[in-house]
Amino acid sequence: MTLWLTAIIFIPFIGALLLLALPASNSKALRIAAFAIMTVDFIVSLPLFFAFDSSTAAFQFVEKIDWVPSMGISYHLGIDGISLLLVLLTTFLGPIVVLGSAAVTKSLRGYFISMLILQTGMLGTFLALDLFLFYVFWEVMLIPMYFLIGIWGGVERIYAAVKFFLYTMVGSLLMLVGILWIYFNTNIPGVGHSFDYTLIMQHSSFDVQAQIWLFAAFALAFAIKVPMFPFHTWLPDAHVQAPTAGSVILAGVLLKMGTYGFIRFAMPLFPDGVVYFKPLMLILAVIGIIYGAMVSIVQTDMKKLVAYSSVSHLGFVMLGLFALNTQAVTGAMIQMVNHGLSTGALFLLVGVLYDRRHTRLIADYGGVAKVMPMYATIFMIVMLSSVGVPGLNGFVGEFLILLGAYQTAPIFAILGATGVILAAVYLLWMYRRVFFGEITHEENKSLKDLNLTEWASLLPILVFIFWIGIHPNTFLTKMTASIESFLTIVAR
Amino acid sequence: MDFAVWIVLFPLIGLLFNTFFGKKLPEKIVGWLASLMIGASFVVALMITLKLAALDPEHRVVEVTIFRWITSGNLTLDFAFLIDPLTSVMILVVTGISFLIHIYSIGYMHGDSRFHVFFVFLNLFVFFMLVLVLGNNLPILFIGWEGVGLCSYLLIGFWWEDQKKAEAGMKAFIVNRIGDFGMLIAMFLLFYYLGTLKFTEMFPAAAHLWGHSVGAPAITAITLLLLLGATGKSAQIPLFVWLPDAMAGPTPVSALIHAATMVTAGVYMIARTATLFMLAPTSMMVVALIGGFTALFAATIGIKQMDIKKVLAYSTVSQLGYMVMACGVGAFSAGIFHLMTHAFFKALLFLASGAVIHTMHGALHKVHDHDTDPQDIRNMGGLRKYIPLTYWLFVIATISISGLPGFAGFFSKDEILANAFASEGVGYVVWGLGLVGAVITAFYMFRLVYLTFHGNYKGPEGSAEGLKESPPIMTAPLVVLAILAIIGGYVGLPPVLSKFHLFQTWLKPVFEPAYSAVHYHPHHLSHGLEWLLIAVSVSAAVIGLFIAWLMYIKKGLIAKSDDEQSGIQRLLLKKYHVDEVYNAVVIQPLIDLSRYAWKIFDAGFIDNILVNGTARAVRVFGGGLRRMQTGIVGNYALMIALGVILILAALMGR
Repeated sequence: MTLWLTAIIFIPFIGALLLLALPASNSKALRIAAFAIMTVDFIVSLPLFFAFDSSTAAFQFVEKIDWVPSMGISYHLGIDGISLLLVLLTTFLGPIVVLGSAAVTKSLRGYFISMLILQTGMLGTFLALDLFLFYVFWEVMLIPMYFLIGIWGGVERIYAAVKFFLYTMVGSLLMLVGILWIYFNTNIPGVGHSFDYTLIMQHSSFDVQAQIWLFAAFALAFAIKVPMFPFHTWLPDAHVQAPTAGSVILAGVLLKMGTYGFIRFAMPLFPDGVVYFKPLMLILAVIGIIYGAMVSIVQTDMKKLVAYSSVSHLGFVMLGLFALNTQAVTGAMIQMVNHGLSTGALFLLVGVLYDRRHTRLIADYGGVAKVMPMYATIFMIVMLSSVGVPGLNGFVGEFLILLGAYQTAPIFAILGATGVILAAVYLLWMYRRVFFGEITHEENKSLKDLNLTEWASLLPILVFIFWIGIHPNTFLTKMTASIESFLTIVAR
Repeated sequence: MDFAVWIVLFPLIGLLFNTFFGKKLPEKIVGWLASLMIGASFVVALMITLKLAALDPEHRVVEVTIFRWITSGNLTLDFAFLIDPLTSVMILVVTGISFLIHIYSIGYMHGDSRFHVFFVFLNLFVFFMLVLVLGNNLPILFIGWEGVGLCSYLLIGFWWEDQKKAEAGMKAFIVNRIGDFGMLIAMFLLFYYLGTLKFTEMFPAAAHLWGHSVGAPAITAITLLLLLGATGKSAQIPLFVWLPDAMAGPTPVSALIHAATMVTAGVYMIARTATLFMLAPTSMMVVALIGGFTALFAATIGIKQMDIKKVLAYSTVSQLGYMVMACGVGAFSAGIFHLMTHAFFKALLFLASGAVIHTMHGALHKVHDHDTDPQDIRNMGGLRKYIPLTYWLFVIATISISGLPGFAGFFSKDEILANAFASEGVGYVVWGLGLVGAVITAFYMFRLVYLTFHGNYKGPEGSAEGLKESPPIMTAPLVVLAILAIIGGYVGLPPVLSKFHLFQTWLKPVFEPAYSAVHYHPHHLSHGLEWLLIAVSVSAAVIGLFIAWLMYIKKGLIAKSDDEQSGIQRLLLKKYHVDEVYNAVVIQPLIDLSRYAWKIFDAGFIDNILVNGTARAVRVFGGGLRRMQTGIVGNYALMIALGVILILAALMGR
């Protein structure tokens, strides 16, 4: 047993402790240290991609240590084709969000400590294979994010932070009840009650009624996190108020916790619940796609527009997951990564403009391409990726989701596909108003193009936007076995 | 034929080079590098065609796999090319015309501040266009399909400082996306029924599945959805509205993308999936009618336009209608034939009009006039005296498009009309539409020639001295195109003149399976009838020409200003108000509904009432409870006493 996964999870946490040793006033040192810690974590995690055996659906690099044996709680970690890319996405975005924090000056040490602890929480959530451990990491994420929004956010930050916290909390408490119910209702031979995911998957089966209730409890927690319509209203507030880096993490990784929760826990643990709720989930997914896109069209604030577009994009992911078909689920998985990259990049890009002009209103811009041609180019590429133009990453996900969904749920696929048209409407319209035309505001005439830090934060994302679009099979093949196994459990 | 991949690599190399180094390099290097890369692609296209010709006709299907793109379950998609006679025609036309237009652009775009960006986009366009016509499965075709749409968007809005132009680009993209939606659903249906999206597997499978149930709802739906895609890209009713606005782009772009190549992609796609369409007679009828009506409808709008490029734009919509109509009556080969000749004469028309605009611009610039529109034909007139070469080139193209005998357009248009006439079902109807369209085509084209080049110059005073022929780098490609616009039709002589139809014979292996899938045999007309049809369509062109001559030369009419128009003229001038209708029926309601969804439903109902309402309710309730915590011990004691009494009462009551 190696401690590879443990190292990946806790490097940021240890890093956070190290930051305490640095003087709070030395912002340069703090930035470098935070960047270094995140980078080290990414480098440590990277070989996972190559060492990973994509021919099996079994968990790999497993670590299992009894934690509270009397309660059946263990420190159990493992990775499979479903979590692999999400873990790498998280560590990949780590250094990028540090770079995206250049505008933050207020109590920098606390800021980076929050960010590093958040990183540990997120990685733990993706890697935990014990329900109790999972829940711990799940809640751990909440606190630093609450601080990030509440302390380093915008004018309405307290409202947004409290809303974010309460909303998520309500969902997770029901999930906790569900987890406890599972614990008391499992009886593993030779072990007794247990929180262990793999043991429960192997030995437990709950009756249909119980599965329906359990699925509902888990699904609420995850649906809020995704967020699915109609549980999405915390998201625009959280995004608009959060600092740039907070938004990037929120969009890039935190939202994936919801979809990941479905594919890892809610769906395979309660397949009968899936059968029962599938129509509802598909309906909500498609409403999310169309509704999110429509509301995006009329936004006046760029960040809010991107936030609502997330509702639409995550709707695609949910449609793919619940279509329960190989292509659709594969598409959903890659779309999670795509959304993390593209929307993460969009938030970084909006942040670039905000840092210069301290406004995110579309109406305050116009003609920006004239003074910031490089920025306009990058923004264009990222926008096209989000629109789902073939050759870039977004298309692969949407195409597979819709193609697969058509095979099992044709009406939903057709309705969902209208989101492809609407995405072009809201993004291109926004782009035109911000970048094209003559410069109408005097203040915009002296805007500076991307600086080195901004380039450094955006270029790596661009590489993958192209890579996934041109050669998706590099990534798709890693997930195949796990997705097939998932479908044999869920789509009976 | 592994070397075939170079046909897309050359433009890719060109665009990458110019992306990274173009900004610092002189125009000449940037422009010539981009052009030569396309020239190299053209050479590859020639080599591919020769190699293909060397094979037996039934073996002229070669697949070149480049890499595996997507595997997921039973879906396998390769990034691979399909090389057959249809592809060879397309790649020759695309690379050949592109090469000429690239060279022309070196002159036309001279001095533009984003010169290198223009050539990057142009190379990128050629790259995607080639992927489109070479793809061996629908998703790869779709990559090219959306890719060229993207380039179109970027190039229409190339001068984005003008919001109008940026808006036109956006409109093109979004309208095309509606068509693409149809394409996507069609792909999903095809995969559902056939389990493959690869052409070579798909067509036999389709023939097998629907061969005995021709016109089944599924295949009809599939082909109608594909048609929706085609109406977007090839600017047919109801999605044609973007193309006239697309003229906001630089003129070489109008010539290359919005006349010669990209807009023909819809026609290509229908021809490529001919087998599917043949299996759905209803769809074929719809295709024929949409093509026929578009041909006529757009031609009528062309009558009243005052902008030289707008006339040509509606003309393009109309001519594309002929191609679509050809496909609809099962004459795929005739459709592709017209696609080719149209590429020659329409590219020539646009580039020549570009030369006219260039000339006007130069003349107006000399007298510091920036208000006169250099594209408005009411400011032109008499230009043949000043730019005779451009004039003659323009006239050649006009004769060709009008279908006067001997020129390229004559052969292809005649073939379409003859095939329409010979076909069953709606044959006569679409033939009639096409014929009336032909009269109008000749009319608006000669009207354009007369108003632009004949009569007296109507530009601002003093500007006449500045009217100069465009530089050779612009006129040389025009001469090549003019030659093609004359001789390009001789590869497809009508049966009355020759037994051997080279073009049709070359394409035969491509469309043969489509016909045999439904045991279809094209009707052959008697020679007498065919001569009659030729006579009728030539008369149509002559009538159109004559009316134009009568009005604009004999009577010397000059175009009226917008306010003087009334009745039907005004309706034509305003393009039947289609844009306004779309705006009122689709766009505004969508925005209103979205705003309602946001303000009333999202912020109002969900967030304010449900979410924050819950919070408020908790607070009110909690606030109420708080009042009970008075802190006065007496109150608590009273409550305890009351509680005890209640419990006792309850116990005793049992």
